[in-house]
Amino acid sequence: MKRAEPYLYTAPAVLLIAAVMLAPLITGLSYAFHDIILLDPLSGDFVGFDHFREMMEDDSFWTALSNTVSWTVLSVSLQFGFGLALALLLNRPMPGRRLVQALVFLPWAVPGFLSGLTWAWLFNPVIGPLPHWLTSLGLMTSAENILSDPHLALWGPIAANVWWGIPFFAITLLAALQSISKEIYEAASIDGAGPWLRFSRITLPLLAPTILLTVMLRTVWVANFAELIVVMTKGGPADSTQILSSYIFSLAFQRLDFGYASAVSAILLLLLLAYAASVMALRRVMADRG
Amino acid sequence: MKILVRFLHYLALSAFLAFALFPLFWLLKVSVTPNDLLYAEGVRLWPSRMSFDHYGAVLRHSQFPLFFRNSLIVSLATAILATAAASAAGYAFSRFRFRGKAWITGLLLVSQMFPLVIIVAPIFRLLAPLGLTNSLSGLIVVYTAFNTPFAAFLMQSFFEAIPKDLEEAAMIDGASRFQALRQVVLPLTLPGLAATGGFVFSAAWSELLFALMLNSSASVSTFPAGMMGFISKFSVDFGQMMAAGILALLPVCAFFFLIQRHLVQGLTAGAVKG
Repeated sequence: MKRAEPYLYTAPAVLLIAAVMLAPLITGLSYAFHDIILLDPLSGDFVGFDHFREMMEDDSFWTALSNTVSWTVLSVSLQFGFGLALALLLNRPMPGRRLVQALVFLPWAVPGFLSGLTWAWLFNPVIGPLPHWLTSLGLMTSAENILSDPHLALWGPIAANVWWGIPFFAITLLAALQSISKEIYEAASIDGAGPWLRFSRITLPLLAPTILLTVMLRTVWVANFAELIVVMTKGGPADSTQILSSYIFSLAFQRLDFGYASAVSAILLLLLLAYAASVMALRRVMADRG
Repeated sequence: MKILVRFLHYLALSAFLAFALFPLFWLLKVSVTPNDLLYAEGVRLWPSRMSFDHYGAVLRHSQFPLFFRNSLIVSLATAILATAAASAAGYAFSRFRFRGKAWITGLLLVSQMFPLVIIVAPIFRLLAPLGLTNSLSGLIVVYTAFNTPFAAFLMQSFFEAIPKDLEEAAMIDGASRFQALRQVVLPLTLPGLAATGGFVFSAAWSELLFALMLNSSASVSTFPAGMMGFISKFSVDFGQMMAAGILALLPVCAFFFLIQRHLVQGLTAGAVKG
């Protein structure tokens, strides 16, 4: 009885996750090699690597792949840059800090679909101020919706994603900043180090492990995050905002082509695993040198 | 010089505050703008006349009260079930050393790494024969599974902050471990339970893709799915949509303000442990 105890406590979680996430993951990977179209009783044959060959010639797939890279790199680097700045600002003592912190982290509580909708409305010249402001600033020639311009449309979901994601980085980095002891800074000040030197020689190196880990986790998460795009542009106009995860969603949801959708998912999973493995390797190299 | 630094500090923070709050402010502004002023006063910061007609219309003449109820049922049930499963697992992680622990932790970690969209199709095929598509129970099962891993790690860090001596003392006095857990440890973890529950609640409240895939009929639509359907059908009624948006925000924002500090604490403990 005593020995079974830990298993009894973990059993509900483990059974649930195995049944609803792990088993479907294995099935999902096997779908990639089958012809599976929902509601079509004739489908279900094993097709080997056919889906992957089809992918090589699928222009939408290649566009989505390159959009995934721009979407992820731009979103994560802007979220990180602003998040770090916000964490540094909040790390200085001042009156009312707790209230400011709660308010400035508020976007994090907004449901993803709703932040997508809100930003789509802000960019809509009929109802939102942004196109008019951008025109007054001379950044646009006339107040139009950037979401319907193939060259600019991706910036819409990126703006929503940055707005929504800054608090996550700010919270994690603030927590890491507060764990650095004040004495190190005092000692450095006494030795005559200015603010920039203290930041680049103390703060950044001590934050580096947290930065590397959160940026990696966030990159994987943002690359998978289809909701904003589905809500704001549905991948259009003309595939200009389609990323792999939103493409998978429209393959499954609109075309009901679950086999091909699973094959694209498998590629996305492989790419993300390769990325995570290389970041972990980089971390080990850095740790060895340090 | 000092005053200048302080001025720049406040200026930068105000810019962040404005950026964070402006979109929500705009949502609120349009939701209280009467229809005849909507376009005439398009870029004004506040309408010259306020009205709550949009809220009335949403609450009385649309299906949003139904979506709201569905979301409330799904999110509350998910929050309770996931927090229960996660507390049990988190407790085991923090108190026991047992064979297979690393494997179980690994399973939980892996479940957080892969693109969820890859299991949309298999989950649909798993639930359909059980009659769990187009049902609230199906969504509850799926959301509970999705949220349990992270919630378990969160609960583990809350349990680790509580000294083991407390429950060991109760067990020496004759209580079983489960009694000790229920009567001694859980009451002390209440803030942690609330934070975890609140976190799961808002995750379930916000989920869109699986809600769209699994439930197609309006009677079992949750708020996000219902709102997307509303938009594709009546895309011109901005006032009503933004009123609905504000209503969707209320429960999560309330939760967020209540649990914000505890959640940051839990994340910090987790982050420090690495």
